[in-house]
Amino acid sequence: MNPNTFIINSKDNVGVALEDIPRGGAIKLPDGAELLALADIGFSHKVLLKDASQGDDILKYGEVIAQVTQDVKQGDWIHIHNLNVNED
Amino acid sequence: MKELMGYERADGTFGIRNHVVVLPAVVCANGVVEAIAREVPEVVPLLHGHGCGRGGIDVKCHTTILQHICRNPNVAGALVVGLGCEFVSAERIENMSAAAGRTIKRLMIQDEGGSQKVAAKGVEIVREMLAEAARQEKKPFTPDKLVIGLECGGSDAFSGVTANPGIGKASDTLVDLGATVILTETTEMIGTSHILERRAVNEEVRAKIAEIIDNQEKKTVEVMGPAAKLAIAPGNQDGGMSCIREKSLGCITKAGSRPIQQVVDYAEIPTKKGVIIMDGPGYDAESITGLAACGAQILIFSTGRGTPLGFPIAPVIKVASTGRLYQRMQDDMDINAGIVLEGGTLDDVGNSIIELIERVICGEQTKAEINKQNGILALYTQTTSF
Repeated sequence: MNPNTFIINSKDNVGVALEDIPRGGAIKLPDGAELLALADIGFSHKVLLKDASQGDDILKYGEVIAQVTQDVKQGDWIHIHNLNVNED
Repeated sequence: MKELMGYERADGTFGIRNHVVVLPAVVCANGVVEAIAREVPEVVPLLHGHGCGRGGIDVKCHTTILQHICRNPNVAGALVVGLGCEFVSAERIENMSAAAGRTIKRLMIQDEGGSQKVAAKGVEIVREMLAEAARQEKKPFTPDKLVIGLECGGSDAFSGVTANPGIGKASDTLVDLGATVILTETTEMIGTSHILERRAVNEEVRAKIAEIIDNQEKKTVEVMGPAAKLAIAPGNQDGGMSCIREKSLGCITKAGSRPIQQVVDYAEIPTKKGVIIMDGPGYDAESITGLAACGAQILIFSTGRGTPLGFPIAPVIKVASTGRLYQRMQDDMDINAGIVLEGGTLDDVGNSIIELIERVICGEQTKAEINKQNGILALYTQTTSF
């Protein structure tokens, strides 16, 4: 079974959805592991790979891109609604 | 890497192509350049729309571009055609290349008595240059003589996931072999200054990285006004980008992970090897002109929407971000980075880029070369004409 989620850097705690993954669907990782999708994850959007607490760093490309503004469970969608990216 | 073979130049560089170019110093000389190229189709005409009617900063920049294009390692010989009253000096272009030991000749339309006379002289000159180039034999060279320019254009949501990180793997391999890779598009570094600064080889390089990114952010706001948010904000949040840093990381990942050795101006020839940053615009056509002027023999160009853009004197390797694009635009795409969407790895993409570079050095034509995607030279301008 081909993975439907890609991890760019081994340090990352988010993966990138390679197709639309519906809530309740399987997030299939490159190493064969599977997670339950807690939200609709649009293709090319980010999915959390490990539970994170409010204020934790989100890493993509092996670099910190932002922090989560609330506790988030693995398998959930990561985007502007739960990242501290909106302050100008 | 396999043994590399190329054309040795007097300044110690090696070309992987052996082009004879005909270059107008000014737009007014384009017709003569075209006439020469019609008569001798083996030459590469480098048409452009500049050379006059602009102020100091652009005259200086355009002179540098044209000087350095004539010195690109892939150029065996160059004929510069000037008019006689333009701002960009054909003589300065000639003198600089000659000082570097490169084969260059100059003709001035006003001195020679008009278009037809100057074209006839030009035809003789380039025929001699072509004969000389044909006699030149390839010699082995080491990877530290390779300069590879990195570019992205017509990006999609997967450019930063498949193609650019795959190019980054190839960059690491090339740099570890002693080669030089040049990252540019300063606009697409906005938000990642601290990350690139951390990779600087010394304090001087660190400070320069901070300075060019800060200046580019200000310039983008100045030029685009309220629309700057489209360039320096995530742009397309529907595509899954949550912040400018994430978007820019997808661009800078092309340069891999090795230390940054030097920051050069647009079209300035680096004096260091390894990872180099060229300060320059995000506009891809002007960006690749700058990279070729820096001395890049090959350009690696990622795309997601699909662009056919090539460059007249340097092979452009097109890396498609998805298999869908690769299939749809097979005429124009060289590498399918979309294999990572089907279980392949970024290392696989990087390896296929390295293998293609080896074949291109051996003479295999890239799709842009096959399609003769030569177009015109797009020269970076910073002021308006008057």
